Amino acid sequence: MSELVVLSDHSSVHDLHEYMLKTSDGKIKTATINKSRIAVKLTICILFALTAVAFISFDYESINFIESVAATWNNMKVLFGQPKLTFNSFAGAMHALLITFSLGVLSTIFGALIAFFGALLCAKNIADPHSANFIKSIVAFIRAVPTILWVLIFTVAAGLGSVAAVVGLTFHSVAYLIKAYSESIEEMDMGVIEALKASGASYWQIVFQAIIPSSISYMIAWTFLRFEINFTNAIAVGAAAGAGGIGYDLFMAGSFYFDLRELGFITYIVVIAVIMLEMVATRIKARVR
Amino acid sequence: MASEKKLKQKISVFVERKRTFTCAFVGIMALFTLASIVTDFSIIEGIVSIPKSIVWIVNNLVPDEKSWSKMPRILAKLTETALLSIAVTVCAGICAFLFSLLGTRTNGITTLSGRLVRIVAAFFRNVPDVVWAMLLLFSFGQNVLTGFFALFFTTFGMLTRTFIETIDEVSAECVEAITSTGADYMQTVFQAIVPSSMPEIITWVLFMIETNIRASTLIGVLTATGIGYAFDMYYKRLDYGAASLVVISIVVLVIGIELISNQIRKVIM
Repeated sequence: MSELVVLSDHSSVHDLHEYMLKTSDGKIKTATINKSRIAVKLTICILFALTAVAFISFDYESINFIESVAATWNNMKVLFGQPKLTFNSFAGAMHALLITFSLGVLSTIFGALIAFFGALLCAKNIADPHSANFIKSIVAFIRAVPTILWVLIFTVAAGLGSVAAVVGLTFHSVAYLIKAYSESIEEMDMGVIEALKASGASYWQIVFQAIIPSSISYMIAWTFLRFEINFTNAIAVGAAAGAGGIGYDLFMAGSFYFDLRELGFITYIVVIAVIMLEMVATRIKARVR
Repeated sequence: MASEKKLKQKISVFVERKRTFTCAFVGIMALFTLASIVTDFSIIEGIVSIPKSIVWIVNNLVPDEKSWSKMPRILAKLTETALLSIAVTVCAGICAFLFSLLGTRTNGITTLSGRLVRIVAAFFRNVPDVVWAMLLLFSFGQNVLTGFFALFFTTFGMLTRTFIETIDEVSAECVEAITSTGADYMQTVFQAIVPSSMPEIITWVLFMIETNIRASTLIGVLTATGIGYAFDMYYKRLDYGAASLVVISIVVLVIGIELISNQIRKVIM
């Protein structure tokens, strides 16, 4: 009521005009300038500028762009429109898919196991800060090296085969899962840990009776997400490092036989497998919660 | 009587928990054994290989004096890869944003278009970048554009999905408020959706730039371009000094980008 009175007062309306922020052309300002807005605008400008620099600096090697795009379109039609296996049998492709799947399983199991203990040493609320910082910097380093380089490095040291692939994939999984697990441990209620400590529980009792039960659902969700990533990484690693599985078949079809139809068929197998994994993962996540 | 029943119920919680844990453990062990048989993997070999590899890395994978002369070439390749991932992510981000506007629930376009957008995004996300790289290698050859488009398709798929979720989550209230004032479609987009979801979108774009640097290393190994090719070439020539320089420069770049994006995130969120 009092506001109405104030507004009806002529002089107050005048005052309001004085306090109103206006742009240079007389419009009322609807947004104020703050740090966050400036940062957003600045980031966008820098990203656009760098993109422009990128397009100018690329070495296009006198490629005929339109011709290449047309060729790509035609190839895509063949790839997705006429899938056919010639060099592989369907059973062979399924076996290769199973190998890729198993590489994903192994690296996820190892990754989850190691990452669980890593996360216990790394979570802010239960670990001491020195070990946490130490592990966090190792994790940052491991994550910064692309998976494919880890696999290639281990291939020289451990020989070509599943060992190098699994160890290489595990490295990245550990780094990823330590971060995810420790964040879900950090989210848990401190009161539970304090209550157990007060009742004289040992470290491992706290871990098994408080930490695992309260963060297991997050951990399972993260683990399945990582499994999906490991599966696609296993495909990529199979293609680029010759680690076997369906990725290697993709590589052979594309770079050795130059057979688009074979490539298309294997692509369909991979896409169906990935979508099925996603569906299973969603179902399990829903059940855990 | 009643308290006894209650006690039994309480105990049964623990029994059940134990049973689930046992089931999960047995299941995981079975899966592990099966996977080991299929891939011919031996855990002993795996464990032994780690110290062996670390010794090998310490002995061989260190930059020597000879390799420093290759630093300018490595840095040139690294710049190319960094710019490539930024350009890819920005272009894919713009396309994904426009595309995801068709797929959001909040701005009231039919659910049919939403479903269609999601299916297209799922397609681009789930076809592995290896396939795109192979496909484009046929038509573009060993060109920087091969890597560009291969990364573009997967980034587009990823970002479309996350943008749809972000817009639905962040700007639902803004959109409702602004449509109630009688704003038209374009006004809704530019006055409600863009400003409210921009910080989240930038966070995702920065994250994808970092991811794409790693992904482009892999594509580079496959298509013989960029920093991935540099590593592969030195590595196969057994020039481990230069290869280690490549690894170190990638690590510095990725960690640098991570630190910068953390700073930006802190300010804008």
